[in-house]
Amino acid sequence: MSDLISDRNIDRSKLQVSDEVAIQITNMNKWYGQFHVLRDINLTVNRGERIVIAGPSGSGKSTMIRCINRLEEHQQGQIIVDGTELTSDLKNIDKIRSEVGMCFQHFNLFPHLTILENCTLAPIWVRKTPKKEAIETAMHFLEKVKIPDQAHKYPGQLSGGQQQRVAIARSLCMKPRIMLFDEPTSALDPEMIKEVLDTMIELAEEGMTMLCVTHEMGFARQVANRVIFMADGQIVEQNEPEEFFNNPKSERTQQFLSQILGH
Amino acid sequence: MSDTSYVRTEMLEQREPPASTVGVIGWARANLFSSALNSVLTLVALGFVAYILSALIPWTFQSVWNAESLSECREIMIATWGSTHGHACWAVINDRWLQMLYGFYPSHLYWRVNLALVLTLAALAPVLFSEKSPRQMIYLTLAYPFIMPWLMWGGSIWNPISAAVGFAIVFFGTRHLTAMTGSLIAIIASVIAALLWWMAISAPVVAGLSSVIPIGIETVQSREFGGFMLALLLGIVAIGVSLPIGILLALGRQSDLMIVKAICVGFIEFIRGVPLITLLFVASLLLNVFLPPGTNFDIILRVMIMMTLFSAAYMAEVIRGGLAALPKGQYEGADSLGLNYWQAQRLIIMPQALKISIPGIVSTFIGIFKDTTLVSIIGLLDVIGFSTAIRADANWNGIYWELFAFIAVLFFVVCFSMSRYSMYLERKLQTGHKR
Repeated sequence: MSDLISDRNIDRSKLQVSDEVAIQITNMNKWYGQFHVLRDINLTVNRGERIVIAGPSGSGKSTMIRCINRLEEHQQGQIIVDGTELTSDLKNIDKIRSEVGMCFQHFNLFPHLTILENCTLAPIWVRKTPKKEAIETAMHFLEKVKIPDQAHKYPGQLSGGQQQRVAIARSLCMKPRIMLFDEPTSALDPEMIKEVLDTMIELAEEGMTMLCVTHEMGFARQVANRVIFMADGQIVEQNEPEEFFNNPKSERTQQFLSQILGH
Repeated sequence: MSDTSYVRTEMLEQREPPASTVGVIGWARANLFSSALNSVLTLVALGFVAYILSALIPWTFQSVWNAESLSECREIMIATWGSTHGHACWAVINDRWLQMLYGFYPSHLYWRVNLALVLTLAALAPVLFSEKSPRQMIYLTLAYPFIMPWLMWGGSIWNPISAAVGFAIVFFGTRHLTAMTGSLIAIIASVIAALLWWMAISAPVVAGLSSVIPIGIETVQSREFGGFMLALLLGIVAIGVSLPIGILLALGRQSDLMIVKAICVGFIEFIRGVPLITLLFVASLLLNVFLPPGTNFDIILRVMIMMTLFSAAYMAEVIRGGLAALPKGQYEGADSLGLNYWQAQRLIIMPQALKISIPGIVSTFIGIFKDTTLVSIIGLLDVIGFSTAIRADANWNGIYWELFAFIAVLFFVVCFSMSRYSMYLERKLQTGHKR
């Protein structure tokens, strides 16, 4: 599991974390009906941080990052993204969403639009970028994820790994300051996982603030500056990756790590 | 020892398939004569088709085209073929086809109906074949809803213009007020302004303008409308207006806003729970009871409204099916990019939901178009009503088959075109998994 990626050598000294706060979550609680999914979440993310969120399924990791761009609504507590508090005010929500990029497990590309149209849609309609400029930006990011030659195909014609890279490029076209990844490699074949992780590593090297829910522990070890372990809707443990993997403190974490790394 | 180990030493070249499985012979073997039973069934079916055609073709083509009455037709048949059996009397169509198409519309004004039909096709072109028609044609499409009724009913040119002004008020009002007041208030204010214009201001303005600059064409009364033209008119309006209303109803039904949702669900369930013919009777009889005395609310307009609402309720359910078939991820993808509700609906959700619903939508279109014949029951002389009227004439008393065959052909041409177009559209929009 842990040796899935490795042929890229990351210069960790390049990965700078600033003092500026990007996301501040205070005492957040969320319920689905009677079920208490997120319990007293407190988390501060500084600009430039790469945080990997791990934990067993049903522990609330996805729900937590989906709260950050309001795909899920929290019922108690406070979330401040880039200085804007998430309330039910639609203007704030749209503003935050346009500044926070998100990649999903199932890509969620728009199948009726070409790759290029997928990438230019939001800049044109949300940012009001002129079409020509939007296309230039889109081609720039498609080159970055190494699929410029597929620009005029439809998502259904691409492989899973390519689709996920398009999804990343589509988010980047909005020039986000924060990227959220919700299990971006879970629906991919092993050989495609690497190409997506490589793209994510490149993003990290450029200083993007990233929150990744993932089971790729190799990626966590190599890229993350902080690993958060969640269970039963709570943050159980967080630490630097070395410390987290080699010397987990809580019993719940030890149990989890032994299960996923044990064989 | 073990048989499980195997290594291929040379790769095989590609070979031709066996001759008996390709070409015409291969096809016939696979599809017509694949077994003894299937061969028998094929021969029986072919015999049945031949039997039907042997009766239908002489009836259609060994027929009388020129006669003044049914009895004259029969005389000609006996003189020519020795019997009246198995020969059509198309003379009735030859004699009355103009009435069956145009009803009692004044014959010197037929050109207006024809022009309206041509305009309909031209206005449809940018919608149906968006990439093959010049962009400017969309202006014709926008003007069409005002020009077409004016051509059909005639009257002062200021009527359609004043109707268009109302829509202009909504459009520009929304556009300019949004910055000042926010979009919802801007829309409400503009709609109120437009209603005010239509209800109170436009009538005196039109009257004034008509007296100063009297431009207009001869007026045709609604009671003179009829024939297949009426079916087309009702069908075009019901189809064109029910689609957008259906979309709004489908969205309303999924809305989080309690009252909007309740109204949409109530409307859809009520309309779908009532036979169309009941609604048509309401339109023709009951509305007069409820409307203030003296209001002259055109019967064709009333029927149009009822058919549109009826069709919209069905449309809403068809589109809801399309919406339900979309994965939730599409909404989340749109949301995560910061698109607002209407942008997401217009750019992401509706293009896909409508595409999924094309077969259902076109079925509803075809259904409502054929249902226009029901207006004959409330006394409008559509093409069915006319066939009854023609039989009431002593000359053509007792003629059924030829009239209904003609009506069937008229409807079939239109409905089959719609069906073929929907298949073309589905193929065109197919972007899913072609590699």
